[in-house]
Amino acid sequence: MRLHARLAALLAAGALIAPLAACAPPTAEAGAASTASDGTAWGTTTSAEAGGGMDALVAAAKEEGELNVIALPPDWANYGAIIDAFEQEYGITVNSDQPDAASQDEIDTAERLAGQDGAPDVFDLGQSVTLANTDQFAPYQVATWDDIPAANKEETGLWVNDYGGYMSIGYDSAKVPAPTTVADLLKPEYKGAVALNGDPTQAGAAFSGVVMAALGNGGSADDLTPGVSFFSQLDDAGNFLPVDPTAATITSGQTPVVIDWDYLNAAITTDLPTWKVVVPTGAVTSQYYNQAINKDAPHPAAARLWQEFLYSDEGQNLWLAGGARPIRADAMVAAGTIDQAEYAELPAVSGTPVALTPEQTEAGAQQLASTWAAAVS
Amino acid sequence: MTALAAGRRTASRSSGRLASEVTAAAGLLPFGALVVLFLLIPLGVVFAGALLDESGRPTLGGLAALGDPVVRSAFARSFELSAITAAVGAVLGAAVATVVAGSSPTSALRRVVVAACGVLSQFAGVPLAFALVATIGLSGVVTQLLGGAGVDLYASGVWLFDTPGLVLAYTCFQVPLMVIVFLPALDGVRPAWREASLTLGGTRWQHFRLVSVPVLAPAFTGALLLLFANALSAYATAAALVSQGSSIVPLQIRRALSSDVLVGQQDLASTLAVGMVLVVAVVMGAQALVQRRTARWLR
Repeated sequence: MRLHARLAALLAAGALIAPLAACAPPTAEAGAASTASDGTAWGTTTSAEAGGGMDALVAAAKEEGELNVIALPPDWANYGAIIDAFEQEYGITVNSDQPDAASQDEIDTAERLAGQDGAPDVFDLGQSVTLANTDQFAPYQVATWDDIPAANKEETGLWVNDYGGYMSIGYDSAKVPAPTTVADLLKPEYKGAVALNGDPTQAGAAFSGVVMAALGNGGSADDLTPGVSFFSQLDDAGNFLPVDPTAATITSGQTPVVIDWDYLNAAITTDLPTWKVVVPTGAVTSQYYNQAINKDAPHPAAARLWQEFLYSDEGQNLWLAGGARPIRADAMVAAGTIDQAEYAELPAVSGTPVALTPEQTEAGAQQLASTWAAAVS
Repeated sequence: MTALAAGRRTASRSSGRLASEVTAAAGLLPFGALVVLFLLIPLGVVFAGALLDESGRPTLGGLAALGDPVVRSAFARSFELSAITAAVGAVLGAAVATVVAGSSPTSALRRVVVAACGVLSQFAGVPLAFALVATIGLSGVVTQLLGGAGVDLYASGVWLFDTPGLVLAYTCFQVPLMVIVFLPALDGVRPAWREASLTLGGTRWQHFRLVSVPVLAPAFTGALLLLFANALSAYATAAALVSQGSSIVPLQIRRALSSDVLVGQQDLASTLAVGMVLVVAVVMGAQALVQRRTARWLR
């Protein structure tokens, strides 16, 4: 999900492995053809009920014994703890591949390793990549399907929103004054201080950061120009830091102000108590990530059990504990099953959140592709 | 009888030669396999991505992307970066090589410099970026020492993570590469030429201008072109250092391949790669021509 610098071999490796993988014989047990010992073909089963109930699913997943996940950084939305909890509860080994990879890398890896044991079983993807690759997913509806609003899922269950948040400004209150609006960041107090989590033409979080800046400067979901010119001004004022912020750059004080998802900023507070998170007034934008199951999943039952776990009360509360807003939050508040203390900790939001439609995202991305580089250099 | 024996001997000798040639060629097989796997197949994939449309028919439509202003400015930035670091690397590297060439082949100075350059010319990518960030980064050791002395490295903006930072980083591996490439040429300049020109009443300046420069110019130009291609194709250093703007072509390729925001741009990546391949082919072709001239004098 997070975009990180990868080594030079990328191009050569990508070009090479594709033809090689095409010659690799598909393993017998992989993919939709596999059947558990009770005769259920989990690779094509669209709910636990249809496969003989949760107990049958758990048994089949335990028999598979492993689950391959990809692009899940342990410090992102509490994934480290989520993976541990899943392993403990079911005794299934979770193989976490390329934790820092981008969404597109998840799909590329699945295509490259199709039919092999190491292929990813499940995806956690940004919106654009999800919508462009629905033919890579297997439809599945979790037991708590009805709690998820219709707007937040594909109707057959090809993909489902999982957790999300609001774009926020994280800042070290020991170093800089508290900003309340996006425009505050142009003040001289923030000289050489403001970092954005990635390049907005590559990373979803950074793209939403530009959306936030646009909303805070008179733009709209259809017009990101004010967002780009805001960062251009920020750069001209010497306030913009062209550094990829990480927990390390934040705790060491190199990046005193970071524009990023509220749940990622909130996670820093554990290491740096003076780190505060604010969702700026008049510039509220939200975005959900999506869960999807690889249609070529080498462990189809474990993949489905992972979904059941993530959308259970326990899984949702684990995301919440990481500062992310789980998709079932409203239903869980109504049912009283939400972790109240953690829920109250989420940063306050004032104003109506703006979420971009896929078309608006696409148009905005094209606009940034031609204007971003000139704006910040 | 003797003639027969001699004839038999000749026959066995020639068949032996054939066998040894076959054995020698077989020794090249692993190399050939590597070239096919790691050069020809990727090249084919890249060209196919750039020059075929979705149904597999040839098209030049993809190449239109090379005219896009963002792509054009990325190529311009790449050329600029490569030219500057090649020039700086060539001049500094040639100066170091000249000093080393003056020392005896077994001297400690030469051995230390050559060994160090061998290592440093390969010290690029993430380790180099890390070294720079750890020393002159925002909270680097040197930055803090200088800050204590009242000198602010970043008074006029944070330049390390943009083109100026790349110039510095690339120079770090260009200079040692130049030393390695240029030193053999300097070693080929015979002391006898100098003695001859002095005997004939020439000055040092005349010797430099009329002998050294013409003899070494092809080697220098060849090394310069090699350095240019080296900088143009460098990726990991820039990828680790630059996170905003994708200013140079290798970073544009990264963006096209793995963006979460702009999806389905694999063909653009191939087109950009084809552009790079063509540029490097021209540069290396020129280098080969120059190399041939070098070989006339310096053996």
